[in-house]
Amino acid sequence: MKYTFPLAAVVALVLIAWIGSSIPGMQYIFGIAVPYLAMALFLGGFCYRVIGWAKSPVPFKIPTTCGQGYSLSWIKQDKLEAPLTTSQVIARMFLEIVFFRSLWRNTKATAYDGPKLTYESSKWLWLFAILFHYSFLVIVLRHMRIFLDPVPGVVSMLEFMDGILQIGAPTMYMTDATLLLGLLLLFGRRLFNRQVRYISLANDYFPLFLIFAIAVTGILMRFFLRTDIDIIAIKRLAIGLVTLHPAIISDIGSIFYIHIFLVCVLLAYFPYSKLMHMGGVFLSPTRNMTNDNRMRRHINPWNDPNIKPHSYAGYEDEFRKDMVEQGIPVEKPLPAEADD
Amino acid sequence: MYDSGKIIPGLIIFVLFITFPVWYNHGAARAVPQPELPKTLKECVLPAADMRSEHMQLLNQWRDKVLRTGDRSFDVKIGDKEYQKSLMNTCMQCHTSKKKFCDTCHTYASVTPYCWDCHIAPVE
Repeated sequence: MKYTFPLAAVVALVLIAWIGSSIPGMQYIFGIAVPYLAMALFLGGFCYRVIGWAKSPVPFKIPTTCGQGYSLSWIKQDKLEAPLTTSQVIARMFLEIVFFRSLWRNTKATAYDGPKLTYESSKWLWLFAILFHYSFLVIVLRHMRIFLDPVPGVVSMLEFMDGILQIGAPTMYMTDATLLLGLLLLFGRRLFNRQVRYISLANDYFPLFLIFAIAVTGILMRFFLRTDIDIIAIKRLAIGLVTLHPAIISDIGSIFYIHIFLVCVLLAYFPYSKLMHMGGVFLSPTRNMTNDNRMRRHINPWNDPNIKPHSYAGYEDEFRKDMVEQGIPVEKPLPAEADD
Repeated sequence: MYDSGKIIPGLIIFVLFITFPVWYNHGAARAVPQPELPKTLKECVLPAADMRSEHMQLLNQWRDKVLRTGDRSFDVKIGDKEYQKSLMNTCMQCHTSKKKFCDTCHTYASVTPYCWDCHIAPVE
């Protein structure tokens, strides 16, 4: 169920786009209306989610410290693992966002007879994640050649480097292969690692299948199902979309509409799913806060301002009589009473 | 809203980044390139739509065959007339100008085929 439902959903999406786009006139729905709708859902949803997070108070200062915090001058502070200043936090965040540093700490737990439990470092997750994310980034940036006119040198350069193996024509891109490899490895990890398999849900598999389908349709379109794949017509449509003058100047093969529809589904689905870790990584309180609990008081933003601080001295003043009556020790004795 | 001083600029940068193509193109779609077609012949070795989408694969097959077997033999036909498998002696005979034919679309779509790493482009 956990795999079949997302798989069936992706197959259904492919069929919707395939059948839908072959109905005359529906090309305008799949090529123009759906992309605009998807982009609106993506941008709107993304901002909505981030602002929603920004509105949530962080009651406690909760940086995860994984090293020696700032202390006496002769104790060496671990500046990345227990950052004290903003620049240290920025360095920590940079390494997290760019190099996925916390995945480097991934461990594998194995239970042996005895019973004996062992943990060992397992860097595979980090490797697969790096492989997947950077391939995807290069692919997205490379696609800008279809959206930008004239094409900036950076995009051409990236494309040239990606196709530098010069295999076939159109040239094979290395990132196409590494993206698929990364997806297969991440999927395989969910299947074969028992603990990860146990916690994996349908909404973990769906993006994997969806991105896999996007990559496969893209590869098919570029290399195999080239009938009616005219890059000029495609670029005219893409440029038209971003300049708000969309036009479909000739018939484009179904595989193109399937590809673009799946991308639209990914865009529309993105803000409402776990994929929002793209924005969320910037807002993780355990990473983006300084470890200065003992230097600066963190005020819980949802504290009621009407509730005033109540010191022990004040407390004792208020209840001293009852405390004495119950035999509870007090710091300040009751004042001597006048009579007796 | 907390930390709006950091989050709002961050979001603005994100939205500008995502909508980069919108303002890069200045809201205008240039007319699609019109490669100059030969005046003498109306037909190519494949129908125009197939040439448009598959010429690169055809050229790649020709190159591999010719380089590996040296066989340029005549299975390339326009009507009844047979042609060699050759970029310079077949394609470029009609499409004489690289600049006015090949480059128009290739530049538009940012395609840089490496034909001219070995072949010498016509002097224009």
